[in-house]
Amino acid sequence: MSREELHRQGFRDEAHDLLAELEEALLTLEAVPTDAELIGRVFRAMHTIKGSGAMFGFERIAAFTHEIETVFDLVRNGRVGITKDLLDLTLAARDRIRDMLDEDGGDAAGEARSEDILRGFRAYLPAAGKAAAPSPDLAAPDPAAGEAARVEQVWHIRFRPARTIFLAGGNPAGLLGELGELGEARVVGHAEDVPEFSELEPELCYLWWDVLLRTAAGELAIRDVFMFVEDESLIEVGLVAESGEELDEDGYRRLGEILVARGDISPKNLEEALRGQKKLGSILTESGLVSRENVDSALAEQDAVRELKSEKRKDEAQTTIRVPAEKLDNLVDLVGELVIVQARIRQAAERSTDAVLGNLSEELELLSDSLRDATLNIRMLPIGTTFNRFQRLVRDLSAELGKSIKLLTKGGETELDKTVLDQLNDPLVHLLRNAIDHGIESPEAREAKGKPRTGTIELSAEHSGGEVLVRVTDDGKGLNREAIRAKGLERGLITPESQLSDKELMFLIFSPGFSTAQAITSVSGRGVGMDVVKRCIDSLRGSIDIESTVGTGTTITVKLPLTLAIIEGLQVRVGGEYFVVPLAMVEECVELEHSREETGRRRFIASRGEMVPYIRIRDWFAVPGTAPAIEQIVIAHLASGRLGLAVDQVIGEHQTVIKSLGRIYREVEGLSGATVRGDGSLALILDVPSLYRSVLSHRNRTAAAGG
Amino acid sequence: MSQTEEYQTNQYLTFTLDREVFALSIDSVREVLELTDITRIPRTPEFMRGVINLRGHAVPVVDLRRKFRMRVAEDTVNTCIIIVEVTFEGERTIMGALADSVREVVELDAGEIEAAPKMGTAVRTEFIKGMGKQNEQFIIILDVDKVFSVEELALIQGGAGEADDLGASRSAA
Repeated sequence: MSREELHRQGFRDEAHDLLAELEEALLTLEAVPTDAELIGRVFRAMHTIKGSGAMFGFERIAAFTHEIETVFDLVRNGRVGITKDLLDLTLAARDRIRDMLDEDGGDAAGEARSEDILRGFRAYLPAAGKAAAPSPDLAAPDPAAGEAARVEQVWHIRFRPARTIFLAGGNPAGLLGELGELGEARVVGHAEDVPEFSELEPELCYLWWDVLLRTAAGELAIRDVFMFVEDESLIEVGLVAESGEELDEDGYRRLGEILVARGDISPKNLEEALRGQKKLGSILTESGLVSRENVDSALAEQDAVRELKSEKRKDEAQTTIRVPAEKLDNLVDLVGELVIVQARIRQAAERSTDAVLGNLSEELELLSDSLRDATLNIRMLPIGTTFNRFQRLVRDLSAELGKSIKLLTKGGETELDKTVLDQLNDPLVHLLRNAIDHGIESPEAREAKGKPRTGTIELSAEHSGGEVLVRVTDDGKGLNREAIRAKGLERGLITPESQLSDKELMFLIFSPGFSTAQAITSVSGRGVGMDVVKRCIDSLRGSIDIESTVGTGTTITVKLPLTLAIIEGLQVRVGGEYFVVPLAMVEECVELEHSREETGRRRFIASRGEMVPYIRIRDWFAVPGTAPAIEQIVIAHLASGRLGLAVDQVIGEHQTVIKSLGRIYREVEGLSGATVRGDGSLALILDVPSLYRSVLSHRNRTAAAGG
Repeated sequence: MSQTEEYQTNQYLTFTLDREVFALSIDSVREVLELTDITRIPRTPEFMRGVINLRGHAVPVVDLRRKFRMRVAEDTVNTCIIIVEVTFEGERTIMGALADSVREVVELDAGEIEAAPKMGTAVRTEFIKGMGKQNEQFIIILDVDKVFSVEELALIQGGAGEADDLGASRSAA
């Protein structure tokens, strides 16, 4: 990738983040249309997209965003009110920008859409020219800001660009030029940081600037100039003087700050600062209030504050860094390797009598465990960002279906592995769609039942042991058991004789090809059923559970592992082959004596007062050899039921680094991956939910055949 | 990427299966390993021998003799695994090919390579890129992407037939 392409990609990433923030702000604005801070956020996001877009060659985006920004500038100044119409338009514009980011050239349909949206925005412009529209939901204008904007002020701006500003595509001279457009600017360049020629890196920016700007534009306009370099660069904006107004104690203090900011420690800089001060002094003389002594004392007083501030800024700059996901994946891989090697060393140490080796091995284990935890922790992201995206989905869908639905989210701070989060998006979208379409009734139907007209869907996440529970709860009509049973019969999933528990009946909705909706709607009848959700969750090694009461609502709980890379497993042996059962699912291990074995076609074992079906891994996977006299049964607990797995021997806990079996073996039933054993060979990880499903489908088929 | 197209080498790695000599373009060969533990994956066709641990990655291994429906033989000390890079469903992926023995790297000019004969070869013609000749011995040059294509390995995805009934025991013959 060329450097330019890298920058463009960087811009795309940044823009996607900004668009997400924009959407969130817009949706919140819907509830509180006069929140000045939110309006400011919308404006800044648009402004940054415009500025950076132009810088990195996304001219179409820049031009498009420019007009929206103009409207939001009016909103910000209180001259245009926030209406639902404007929010809809802005959301559409947000989507359009997102599409434009991925488009290379312009296509006609897209351009037409852009034009439509812009036409909508332009409608707000002339209205703003007339007297402030007496719209009822008009954002309250900030009188102070409006007042200040009309008075000419003198500002001191210190602009210390990041050394690497050129590498990021920035142009300091352009920014200074932009400042000049705001008013009368006096620019003082600082060259003292430029190193000896031999040490000079031509690609770095060593210069920094002080600008004295006389303008009526106000602080926001000045800060806006630096908007897309402000993260990396040091930008200080201070008020020096206001015309037609005498400097009071407050104004003086600000002047002090300016002087402090100018005065640096070395004598050379100090001298320069003094020279600079002369210029400043002339301004001060005009207002005739400040003496030299006052300036000096203020300088000393503020010096400490300034240092503190710059230190704080440095800290803030270090709090986050953006790293490509593949680098992280690579790190996790390496840690995985390390964990395997550590397991092998421990095995070797256990066999040896060397005490030193034993100690070292233990230390290594402690260290690699913490390294593993720390590394996996880097990949953890709060689920809240995913949740926020759904506000829009619920808003749009409920409008489409003529329903009134409010989405509540809880536990957004709960952290999950990035990979899990990414793959969780689709199933959650589907569950939500389902709840909106099938769960929540129309406002009229709700009223008739004595429920509030507005339905509620709650999306929540919480930690529970080594797992995360994500719940989608609606207060709709609940699952119609009779409709499910009828559909199950129609689809041949069950027979009229099938004795199903309530839970088993509800789980039928996860069967392939099952859909109880009478009409195919654009919302949930997209040819993908709940079985896709189930499969997705299974592939994440999670499980799913339903609770539903007719008339009052449905809760679907998705249980997910914290991470996908490493799990605790129980290693078992069958003949010469080794398998791993995820420990989180293991309930208990019991012995199976052959004499006690039932001879019928179906095999069950009594466990905790329940008959649990079991399968022989030896038979199921055609492992060569004969079974020992006493076999072990590992009883696994799943949301949908329990299943026994008969094996030759239970070996013990195994720190399981999960290796994918690759695309080729992707569809193999009953296996979810491989892991490296202590001796370097591979053991296969059993996919218990998929085994359970096979067993269940057999039972049903056998029942149907025998029925 | 495009480099392999532009600088297509004329070097081939030769290996044997039964009495036939085969070759793979050096471009697609990553490395050659001695035979190691292969972990069998149940419910897959017999020519899929399973997976090996290649520096922490699970790499599938295809038994070429079985794939080409040749006489099945015991593994020997010469048996080795040729690790090849192939395009599988549009993605580069690595796979292992089990061969009786690896011989050498030979150079064959494009002019020395003939089209595959319509019949009489040990393997199906669609797997063959061309026929080379060295010391009066024919060399069958394999088309690696065809041999390891989705369709050829697709059998795996349905599993080796339906799962057996719960009670019926399934012993490996």
